[in-house]
Amino acid sequence: MRLEVDIASKTFTSAAGEVHDVLAGIRFTLEAGEVGVLVGPSGCGKSTMLRILAGLDPDYRGHVSRPAAARIGMVFQEPRLLPWRSVEDNVRLAAPLADEAKLSALFAILELDAHRSHFPGELSLGLARRVALARAFAIEPDFLILDEPLASLDGPLAARLRDQIAILVDRRTVMTLLVTHDIDDAARLGDRLFLLSPRPARIVAEVAIRTPRSARGDAAIATIKADIARRMAGDPTGRVA
Amino acid sequence: MPRLLSSAVFLATWWIASLLIGDVKLPPPPAVLAAVISEARSGALFLHLGVTLARVALAFTLAMSLGSAIGYLMGRVRLADRLGDPWLILLLNLPALVVIVLAYIWAGLTEVAAIAAIAINKLPTAVVTLREGTRALDASLDEMATVFALPRWTRFRHVILPQLAPYIAAAARSGLSLVWKIVLVAELLGRSNGVGFQIGVAFQLFDIPLLLAYSLSFTAVVLVIETLLVQPFELRLFRWRPRAA
Ligand SMILES: Nc1ncnc2c1ncn2[C@@H]1O[C@H](COP(=O)(O)OP(=O)(O)OP(=O)(O)O)[C@@H](O)[C@H]1O
Ligand SMILES: [Mg+2]
Repeated sequence: MRLEVDIASKTFTSAAGEVHDVLAGIRFTLEAGEVGVLVGPSGCGKSTMLRILAGLDPDYRGHVSRPAAARIGMVFQEPRLLPWRSVEDNVRLAAPLADEAKLSALFAILELDAHRSHFPGELSLGLARRVALARAFAIEPDFLILDEPLASLDGPLAARLRDQIAILVDRRTVMTLLVTHDIDDAARLGDRLFLLSPRPARIVAEVAIRTPRSARGDAAIATIKADIARRMAGDPTGRVA
Repeated sequence: MPRLLSSAVFLATWWIASLLIGDVKLPPPPAVLAAVISEARSGALFLHLGVTLARVALAFTLAMSLGSAIGYLMGRVRLADRLGDPWLILLLNLPALVVIVLAYIWAGLTEVAAIAAIAINKLPTAVVTLREGTRALDASLDEMATVFALPRWTRFRHVILPQLAPYIAAAARSGLSLVWKIVLVAELLGRSNGVGFQIGVAFQLFDIPLLLAYSLSFTAVVLVIETLLVQPFELRLFRWRPRAA
């Protein structure tokens, strides 16, 4: 399984009739078991790209090849839960095949046990985001798309969830694409980092992290982060540990 | 409690008015009650109420299901909207009386004509409301359903229907009150039973207690259906909404 992306351009026509470019030259591949991380300034076109990769937007120039039968689990930038269904039903509707044991484990990991029967309108944004994560994991995806999944969670919780994502991602061979603004998340979760330019987005640098996720100690993380920072500042040299 | 109070005020006003106007034009409550009881004893009251209710149920179901389907289609498919729109405007502005009279002329003084005429009167408002609801469907939830590959039925039942529910409820609400009003006219003009027919008879005989007996029994039935059926159903449907204070 493998994702091949070659988007030459993507434009939007605004209501006023002006055409503007959002993506220009996005080219990369992702293998099964890899976590790709997209880092780029706000408004550069990351969510737009994810929608194309998820097959939601066929209106672009270029080519994306995605395993045909891949099950996609997606965490949108907003939670996108069904307001009229309970937390548990929201997850079950997307993953009718998931058994009780699995759901219980998932709810426990994401600290949602107490909220199973709540409606989304009764949740905080952070809780709703966790439900969206539960939904994406419950279907045991082959292709996992995460659009800033850890935004609006407090530091310790975000760290716990990040570790959980790492565990879930390593347990199965799943292709993962993660959008984040947090260099720390990128350094801890990613196998390959794609640094994007401001709109229209191009990949300005690709950073491969060789150290396996589980073996990255604090020192290794610090080195990786320093390297990312240098790359973002425009220095094209060097390969990360 | 407030309901009881307002019923009491209604009765008192009626009684006083009948004293002022004279009981030939406005009989007092006991006279009307006597007429209700005598009609109920003979069974006529229940027969006519039953027939009318059956017509309401049939015409309402017909108009709601057909109207919802057409409205959904017009909301989703551009071409259907373009084709249907002129018809919709025509039907919306056609007076109820015209529809009823034409139906009786073309289909004879039959049950089918009566029910069709009532349904056609209600149809366009259901279409308009459901079209609006369909246009307001949340595209982001649609995308979610697509990505997670929800099966068709799941998608309809859990993603689309709950979004249309308020519109369906609104169409049902306004539709029901429209049907209540029109059914009597249709009965008056072309049927030989039902509350509308009885009111016509009472009018010709100038039997005002009888006229009021049927009108008020009918109103009572409408009220009971509203409070016991429609309102609890709406409450259940919108359980998930945070309650207004
Ligand atoms: N439907 C649309 N019509 C017109 N322009 C759009 C549309 N969707 C997005 N855009 C524009 O495309 C650009 C990229 O939007 P996108 O949501 O992909 O950004 P992003 O990188 O995800 O930003 P953020 O980090 O803030 O989420 C923005 O400038 C936005 O204004
Ligand atoms: Mg975004």
